[in-house]
Amino acid sequence: MALLEVTEINAHYGRIQALRNLSLKVDKGEIVALIGSNGAGKTTTLRTISGLMHPGQGTIKFDGHDITRTGPEKIVDLGICQSPEGRRLFARMTVMDNLMMGAYTRRDPAQIKVDVEHVFELFPRLKERRNQIAGTLSGGEQQMCAMGRALMAKPKLLMLDEPSLGLSPILCDTIFSIVGEINSAGTPVLLVEQNARRALEVAHRGYVIETGVIVQTGTGKELLESEEVQKAYLGM
Amino acid sequence: MSVPATAQKRGPMWNRLRLRERIRDRDTAIFGILFITAVVWPMATIYATDSTFLIAQAGHAGTYVLLAIGLNVVVGFAGLLDLGYAAFFAIGAYTYALFASNQLASSPLHHEFHMPFWLMLFVGMVVAAVCGAILGFPTLRLRGDYLAIVTLGFGEIVPQLFYNFDQWTGGINAIGNIDQPSLPYWITGPWAEAGITTIKLVPNFSFAYDPVAFYVLIVILVILAVILVRNLHSSRLGRAWMAIREDEVAAAAMGINTVTTKLLAFAIGASFSGFAGAYYGASFGIVSPDSFLFTVSITVLVMIVLGGMGNITGVIVGALAIYFVLNNLLPALPAQVESLADSVGLGSLNVQNGDWPGLAGETQRIAFLLYGLILVVMMLLRPQGLVPSRVREQELKHDAVLEEETAVEQAHA
Repeated sequence: MALLEVTEINAHYGRIQALRNLSLKVDKGEIVALIGSNGAGKTTTLRTISGLMHPGQGTIKFDGHDITRTGPEKIVDLGICQSPEGRRLFARMTVMDNLMMGAYTRRDPAQIKVDVEHVFELFPRLKERRNQIAGTLSGGEQQMCAMGRALMAKPKLLMLDEPSLGLSPILCDTIFSIVGEINSAGTPVLLVEQNARRALEVAHRGYVIETGVIVQTGTGKELLESEEVQKAYLGM
Repeated sequence: MSVPATAQKRGPMWNRLRLRERIRDRDTAIFGILFITAVVWPMATIYATDSTFLIAQAGHAGTYVLLAIGLNVVVGFAGLLDLGYAAFFAIGAYTYALFASNQLASSPLHHEFHMPFWLMLFVGMVVAAVCGAILGFPTLRLRGDYLAIVTLGFGEIVPQLFYNFDQWTGGINAIGNIDQPSLPYWITGPWAEAGITTIKLVPNFSFAYDPVAFYVLIVILVILAVILVRNLHSSRLGRAWMAIREDEVAAAAMGINTVTTKLLAFAIGASFSGFAGAYYGASFGIVSPDSFLFTVSITVLVMIVLGGMGNITGVIVGALAIYFVLNNLLPALPAQVESLADSVGLGSLNVQNGDWPGLAGETQRIAFLLYGLILVVMMLLRPQGLVPSRVREQELKHDAVLEEETAVEQAHA
């Protein structure tokens, strides 16, 4: 059974339908990329999974639980954590405090300390800047902080919303290689990206979403080689 | 077996207190100064002025400090703009006044209550907290400006209720003759069997409008409040408040139950003003709806913004500063200006002439203009507040640092 199973969900903003019968799944150990252009419904999908909004129809199952109508705080408790679009750090708190907020639902201080060290290993920059106010970090550092914060929840599924947004190509490389590292340490990742090439290179499987509908799916390699994807998203 | 490092190296008591380090910490140093001033204040002012007036005033200022500390929880920590804070103050004061005076004898209840102050202090706190939760429950899904408007409405409604339910509250006539707190003077215990039923520890002591007694009480209450809020600030709940203030969606995504957390901020903030209200009722002996109007809410808000929102030390300093400006500086100004004009040879300005009411009269006329000017100037000079929280300070410095960094980067490129 898949870890996350989204079946035929519909979502609306007022009268505008953002998702139509969207289904996707994430298995244990996978990196799954969800690619699509602006306004295709990528972020809405993540918001719906994390409980910040609820689907009109369809079901979402995670780890054996039905989380279709569950509130966001319970979903975090169950083990889904996301680094939201635009990072949304707590700008006036320190890097360390931001990381600790990620561990908000956890009650095992000793293990939290170990995990902070682990995050610092992944992102050495954060260790240097641990006492700096998060709002004063550079874009790349903020992205690292947002990912570190999500990791601090010790998620069973990590969802990243556009981690490469606004970063230089070199920083993108760093971020995607860290995504690979996080995954090889055992955490499945649902990756939402506009940067289709990078996302598909690192992902095991991918979905292509257009105006709220999944139009194509396959392994990362298949999608990279698919003509439609090349035309629409890779600029070839 | 390893022995903890601290246990191995225990220096003398003096070293362990780490006094030097602590004094270097700005907030702790200010706390120290405030505490010492609070202790010396009654003796010094009695010695200097031979009256207890300044002590009474300090006691009254203490109510505002308490209010500011409470509002800071709501506005400074959780970032919920509450413009009706005086309502909770009123609720606290009326809770004590109704149950500690003969007011309810003339109400449809026909029985008067005289509950002890020490109990009502906490009842007032709980009632205010419950009212905070009741107000918060339907309104806290509103954000920012919308919440501010709703709280503003609540702040207007509550004094009106106390006006118009005059059967119960006496309305415009206020509630007077409120009981004074007293300290119990006996303690019974197992020793009572030995033929002594009670042991007198201290002679019976009623506060009886004694400003010194009330002053001691408010100092203790403020210290308790500071300890409480400091701990709250560094607790899990405190961090959740800050996260909500920074970004509510991200906070929800971190697993914080935003509704409960905001509700707690409202209730806990309100409970402090309930506390302050009970004290206020007792120390003045009279409670009237006029004392809890919109201006009180705004004054307290000004105190915390000007003092340094989110920082407890700043809030206390701000409360004292604004209290001083409002109650000492502005009332004394006309006479001061008059004598100043006399001494620099502009005595003619003091003479009333036609529309000109004399310099003193004119100063009195524009007192609130001056108050506004003082606020504007203070905010221009110190936008971060008198004693800002460290985060605020760093943030305001950051712009300058950022410019420097980009300059350096450009130089490297």
